[in-house]
Formats: sequence, structure tokens, C-alpha cells
Amino acid sequence: MSTIPAALTAATVLGGAGALAAPALPYKIRIPAVGVLTAAVGVAGAVAGAAALGGSRWTASLPGLLPLAGTHLAVDALAGLFMAVAGAVVAAVAVYGIGYAAGHGEHGIGSRTAQTALPLFALTLVLVPVAASVSTFLVLWELMALASLLLVLAEHRERASVWRAGVWYAVMTHLGLVLLLAAFAVFAAHAGAETFTALRAGAHDISPTLRGLVFVLAGLAFTSKAGAVPLHAWLPRAHPEAPSPVSALMSAAMVNLGIYGLVRTGLDLLGGGPAWWWLALMAVGGASAVYGILQAAMASDLKRLLAYSTSENMGLILIGVGASGLFGAYGDRRLAALALAAALLHVVNHAAFKALLFCAAGSVLRATGLRDLDRLGGLRSRMPFTAGLFAVAALGAVALPPGNGFISEWLLLQSLIHGLQVPGVAVAVVLPLSVALIALSAGIAAAAFVKAFGVGFSARPRSDAAAAAEESPPLMLVGMGLLAAACVALALVPGVLGTGLDRAVAATGLPGSGAVFGGGLRVRLADISAWLSPVWVVAALTAALMLAVGLPRLYGRRRRRVNAKLWDCGGGAPTPRMAYTATSFAEPLQRVFDDVLAPEQDLNVTPVRESAYLVERVRFQRRVPDRIEHRLYEPVLGALNRAGQAARRLAGGSVHLYLGYGFVGLVVLLLVLAVGW
Amino acid sequence: MSTAVGYAAVAGQVVVVGAGAPVLTGWMRQVRARLEGRAGAGVLQPWRDARKLLRKEPVTPIGTGPAFRAAPALLVASTAVVVALVPLLSTDTPVSGHADLILVVALIALGTLALALAGLDTGTAFGGMGASREMTVASLVEPTLLLSVFALSIPAGTTNLPAIVSGAVHEPARLASPAGLLAVAALAVAVLAETGRIPVDNPSTHLELTMIHEAMVLEYAGPDLALVELGAQMRLTLLLGLLSSLFVPWGIATGTSWAALALALVLFAVKVALLGAVLAAAEVFWAKVRLFRVPELLAGSFLLALLAVTASYFLSGTS
Repeated sequence: MSTIPAALTAATVLGGAGALAAPALPYKIRIPAVGVLTAAVGVAGAVAGAAALGGSRWTASLPGLLPLAGTHLAVDALAGLFMAVAGAVVAAVAVYGIGYAAGHGEHGIGSRTAQTALPLFALTLVLVPVAASVSTFLVLWELMALASLLLVLAEHRERASVWRAGVWYAVMTHLGLVLLLAAFAVFAAHAGAETFTALRAGAHDISPTLRGLVFVLAGLAFTSKAGAVPLHAWLPRAHPEAPSPVSALMSAAMVNLGIYGLVRTGLDLLGGGPAWWWLALMAVGGASAVYGILQAAMASDLKRLLAYSTSENMGLILIGVGASGLFGAYGDRRLAALALAAALLHVVNHAAFKALLFCAAGSVLRATGLRDLDRLGGLRSRMPFTAGLFAVAALGAVALPPGNGFISEWLLLQSLIHGLQVPGVAVAVVLPLSVALIALSAGIAAAAFVKAFGVGFSARPRSDAAAAAEESPPLMLVGMGLLAAACVALALVPGVLGTGLDRAVAATGLPGSGAVFGGGLRVRLADISAWLSPVWVVAALTAALMLAVGLPRLYGRRRRRVNAKLWDCGGGAPTPRMAYTATSFAEPLQRVFDDVLAPEQDLNVTPVRESAYLVERVRFQRRVPDRIEHRLYEPVLGALNRAGQAARRLAGGSVHLYLGYGFVGLVVLLLVLAVGW
Repeated sequence: MSTAVGYAAVAGQVVVVGAGAPVLTGWMRQVRARLEGRAGAGVLQPWRDARKLLRKEPVTPIGTGPAFRAAPALLVASTAVVVALVPLLSTDTPVSGHADLILVVALIALGTLALALAGLDTGTAFGGMGASREMTVASLVEPTLLLSVFALSIPAGTTNLPAIVSGAVHEPARLASPAGLLAVAALAVAVLAETGRIPVDNPSTHLELTMIHEAMVLEYAGPDLALVELGAQMRLTLLLGLLSSLFVPWGIATGTSWAALALALVLFAVKVALLGAVLAAAEVFWAKVRLFRVPELLAGSFLLALLAVTASYFLSGTS
């Protein structure tokens, strides 16, 4: 019973020690010391989370810690799940980070500021789900945002784009905070108190309109943190520009907390709501899934591709959470539990493979200095371990067996397919569309990751930097190996999560979908007959593979493999410049989705001066801009800019004018008071 | 117990599809040749080709990696697992509990993915081109496939394939419903796309502008090529067999008698041969559509699948 407070205290002490030690320690000791402390924070968080998943609960309030409101903490299984995921990711990535930062010099990720922020960020990732009152939650939430902002900005000396990404991130995360603050202010004001227990108790007495307002505001804030459209614009900027271990932490642990907030607020504190909340959430999820993965398929920057894939996966999770709420709104609580279990399982799976993908991308970046897939290639022979680890994670990301992503997507699809039992025309229209969107996003994800692996790691190097790449140091490989082991374990024996997942679902007040996992290995749905045994699939595939390799050998004469030049239709061995690049690979998809993506192209033909018929130079450029950003953000930013310009005219610099403003303001205020009272 | 018949059925499915797939391809080529006024090479020609290829020495093109080496075996293996799962001969097999339709769709996609990676692994322009086109088509087929799965699973209340098929055997009315017919139309187009037949891809072309599948496998030779060919032929047989199992399920053994299994074997061969002949005959009269018109075809089939789901929902809701 005392595991949770002990582990949380340990995490806090270790994280605090790391943050205090980082500025004081010399460069050589700083990175390993902070890395070890951060990893320990992660381990402690994972232990606390695992204990909560095992059935322990813990609550505490420390009245003196925050002025006025005090600090309220509570750990249930739902919080435990997110703590365990964050802790495990932090631990593995911190180990990886020691190796990564060691090669990066005194600036960037190894700097005093970044190394101070790192353990704090790790600590807040673990602690945000522990918060059990509005003020505690918001303080930790903001600390997390600030720590991650410092880390995103770590490499600002190296690239100007880092600074811009940081500004975008800072602005959007604080807009989210304002929305969240508004949501919780309304909620707490009407519930009468600000602890989560009081909010839970008071939620039912609030009018439906206000409840809807709270959900919409909080939903916007949390989906923005999760990187869902339309408030995703910070994610594809900040994730690629952050140092790779930080990208891994943000993409695999921080965005999850957006999901946590949504589940906590929508399903737990507000206790569910009318169907329109959840239909809206599913629409946001579906749009994120397809739009995110389409942009990922177009991206030729490896880390940008992974960032957009995060947007996609969060979209899938939001579809699951939305479906859960929808089924709950129609009264089918068992199905609601199933959909939520699928969503939470996908949170875990996504964290495992996405952390590994970002780490592998970081290894590539470290070895070659390149993120541009068009200039990579051939890394499988130069960096065999990294290539193999990337392949393991990519298999999870494409949601095909035997990868871990397949298991949760299968469960999600099952919950949607069987959702048609729920009456209601809205359900009958929305569920098939959701299934189609999930299928489309899975299909495009396959194309995107075939591109990432096939162009980045296969074929031949397309640049000198890629040709000279060297394998990462052992510590980075160990960190990635831990994450790969998690991916494999989740793919083979998801059943070990079974009871914990059920407890997490039950923490939202739904019945535990006890039928989801039985027998340790099998995903099985009791009231609906469908089941999947990942171990069986792997065993069958292995057996068939041996058969396919062995039988032809029995027949054919055994001959040694010989090497030969590439045939290429008689063209002989082509140069690397002739190989397909990421851009060319994505071209057919881009044409198919022309109307959605709206690419911009630019053709510049420069003729020779003597004759217009002889061409000297042809310059062709095509960009696939983020269309939502283009259409939604730029008008808003433009309007703000114009308003700012116009407002400058108000401040002419004359003291008389300012005194006049004061006078007019006072008179208006008095008039309002006089009339109003 | 039923296990002996069940295991025999699974083994029978794998052996019949494995050994029969080249024959089916030979048969389709023969039908096509006769319709076009040629003599044709005979039904057994694909087998003779395979024998020749298997005896050659394995060749690894310089500059290719493990993805290129592993893809042929992976293609055949993933297809073989699906063949074992899908109720082609019997719905009552030891593995029928694992035969989930979503798993089947995903395993078929796994084979596609392996081959696309192999195409990119060669580093040639053709390999990349084929991989890019194949993944584009595959990603657009996926929604149709899963929605058809959805439509089929509604009357049965499960995505378990043997349960769907045995339900249809016992209740033929399910098949004649609008939902069933729409789903068959949608699935048929998806099968054409997945197996790379006209009008999506032309299996006998080697013209760079048009080829998809062939472009990915240009660098294969010898035993590897034999496996790739066998894998593609098995996929065609499997998907035609799956279509026949879903929409003309009669004759598939639902019990545990040897006689029923033997009858199922004969009927399976007849059904697939007929479907193959129809497809081959249709290919004589169709032309391959432009690559960028393929999405329109697939969007059409997607719409059919969506209609199938909604139809089956509303029709089952009112009754």
C-alpha cells in the first residue's frame, strides 16, 4: 500500500536533485549524472504507476504546499496507466539520452539549461496524472509546458527554425492553458469547490449548457496538447526541432496527457455527456487521423513524418474515447468500456513504438546530420542495429500483425463494428465512417512507413553524409533496445496488461470490460465472439516462413548464392541519383489527394539570352504546406497583425491623449456602474 | 473426434492452393489465349516455369539488403497462413477460431508491404516506382476491404470468417439481401486491385508506364522469382476462393465428415476455375485504366461498401 507515496517521493527527490545538480556540475559529469537521475525518476514513476494498475489507490492533501488552495494528490488506476507509460518512456529515453547528449557538445541538449529542464520535464510527466485538484493540475501542467519549451529551444544556436518552432509552441500551449483555465474556472465555480472529488460530486447539478461549455473548452485545450487538428500546428514544428530524446518524450509521453485530461474531465469528472460531445470528438479524431497521416506520407523530413504520425495516432485514440462516450451516452456501458480499453491500449502501444521511432530518427540525425529522407538511404548496412530497431517500431506503427499497433487497432475496430448494436441513426452513420477512416489511415500509414524505412534505410546512400554514417554508441542502443523489448512484449503478450487496463477503465466509472483479456495471451471479447491470439499469429507465420524457405530448397539443387550486378531492365547498375526518393515515392498519393493537400508548385524556366527557344535552366519547386495552418491560422494571425498596426495609431505619444483616454474610461465605467446598479 | 478431418482440411487448403495456384494461372492464361485466337502454352506452363526457376542458382543483386532477400518467403508465408485460416474447404477446422477477417485483411497487407520494401531495397528507379504505386493502391483498397468486412459481419454478429460462412450456408437469404450484393460488388473490385489484375494492373505487362507489381519484382531471379510468382498466384487463388466462400458458400464442409470434405474440394476447384475463367474472359474485353483513374474506381467500390453497411444496418433494424 505504501509503494505509491514512496515511489512518488523518490521521483520528486530524484528529479529535484537532478534539476539542482545540473547547473552546478561540470559538463563531463553533468550528462551522465542528470541522465541517471532522470532515468531513476522514470523508474520510480513506472513503479508507482504499476502499483496503481495493480489495484493500489492513494490520496493525500498537502495544504501548505501551494498558497490558498493547497495541493491535492490522488492516484487511481487511470492515473497509474499514464504514469506507468510516462515513467517507462522516460526511463528508456533517459538512458538513450545520455549517449545522445554526450556527442553534442556543451550547447544544445548538453547545456546547463537543457539539463536542468530535463529532469523537471520527466518529473512533471509523471506527476501530472497525480494531481487531484484544479490548481494542482494547472500548476503541474504549466510546469510541464515550460520545461518542455526550454528543451525544445535547446538547439536554438544551431538553427533559426528552432526559435520559430519555440514561439509557435509557447503561444499555442499557453492558449491551451487559457482555455483550460476558463473551463476549470467555470466548472469549479459551479461545482462549489476545486478538488476533483468535489467536481465529480457537483458535476450533475450543473446545467447542460454549462457542462457543454466546460467540455468544449477543456476538449479544445486537451486535443491541442494531444496534437489533434485543428489545433495541431505546434506539433509538426516543435517535435522535429527539439533534440531527439525530447521529441521522443513529447511524442510518446506528453501528448498522452492530453488524452488523459480528456478522459479524466469528460468521462470521469463530468461523468459523461450527451451524444454531440462525443460525435464532435470522433469527428476531431477522424480528421486528425487521416489528415495527420496524409501529411506524414507527404513529409520528407523524417522527424516531421513521425510528428504527423503522432497526430494520426492521437486521432485514432480520440475516436476510441469518443466512441466510448457515445456508447455511454446511449447507455451501452459494456461497449463503452471496450472502446475506452482499446483507446487506452493504443496509448500504451503508441508510446512504445513512437518513442523508439524518434530515438532511431535521433540516431540517424546524430550519425549523418540529416533529417531529409531524400538525402538518406543505405543506412541498413552502416547502422544495422538502428535500422533493425526502427523496423520493429515501424511494424508497430503500420498496424499490421505481428506489430503491437495491430492489437489495439484490432480492438478499436472490433468495438466500432459491434457498436452497431447500439440503436440510433447517428451511430449507424458515424461508425461505418469511423471504420473507413481508421482503415484509410492504416493504409496510408503503411505507405508512409514503407517510405520512411525503404527510402531512409534501404537502397544506397544518396549523400556523402549518409554514406559515412556510423552506428550509435552502446548506451543509445540499450535505450532503444528497452523500448523495442516493450514493443515486442506488447505485441506478443498484451494480456499482461489486462487487469490493469480494466482497472483503468473502471476508474472512469464504467464497468471493467473484464472480458477483454483472458488467459494472459489472448484478446477475447466475451459477449461478442471475436478473438485474436497474437502468439498464435506469430507462431503460424514463423512455421509458414520455415516452410516457404525450406520446401524450395528440398526441390532445387543446392547452390551457393552468387552476387550479380543489378539488372534494372538492362540499364546496368543505376547511380543513387536514379533511385526513388521520398518525394517521388509520395507523388502518386499526393496526386490522389490533390484536393485535400493543395500542393503549391512553382516552375521557373530561364531561356538562354540569345534565343527564347533554348532553355538555360529549369527550376521546379513543389511544397505541400499544412493546409489547415494555411487556411485557419494565417487569416487569424493576419487579422491580429492588422489590429495591432491599427492600434498603434491610438498611441500617438501625446500625454494629453493618454489623459483623455483615462478620463473617457473613467466616465464610461461610472456610467456603466450607475446604469447597471 | 473431428480433429483428423479438421487438420486434413487445413492441410488440404494449403496444399490445394499452393499446388493449384500455378494451375489456376495457367488456366486463366489459356482461357485468355483461346479467346484471343492463340493456342496458348498449356495449363501447366506456370508449373514448368517454376520448376525451371527453382533449379537455377540463387542470385543476390549487389546493393540489396535483407528486405530484398526476405520478401519472397514472407509473401508466400503470410499468404499460406491466410490460406490455412480462411474456410475454403471446411468451416470446422482446428484454426477456425483464429480466422478473424480483420486479421486476414492485415496479413494480406503484410505481404504487399514486404514486396514494396523489397522494391525500394533494390535502389533502382523501377523498384521504387512499383513500390510507390503498389502502396498507393493498397492504401486506397484498405477502407473498402474493412467496410466490406463490416458489412459481412453485421448479420453474423462476428468478424470470425468460418462463422460468417457457415451462417450463410445455413441461411442463404443473407446472401441475396441488398447488403450482401453490394458487399460482393465492393469486394470484387478490391480483389482485382489487391491481386493486380486488369483494370488496375496488367499482370503480363513489362511496360514501365503501366506496371505496378512487375516493376517491384524486376530484380528477382531464380528460386526467389519462383517464390514471388508462387506468392502472387497463391494470393489470386486465395482471394478468388475467399470471394466464392463468402458469396457462393454452398458445398463447403461445415461438419466433420470425410465425404463432405472431398465434395468441398471438388466444388472449390470448380468454383475457383469458373471465377478465374470469368475474370480471364473479362480481361480480354477490358483495358487497363490509367493509374490516376484507379482511385476513382476504388472510390466507387468504397461507396458500394459504405452502402452495404448502411443497408444491412437499416434493413436489419426494421425487420
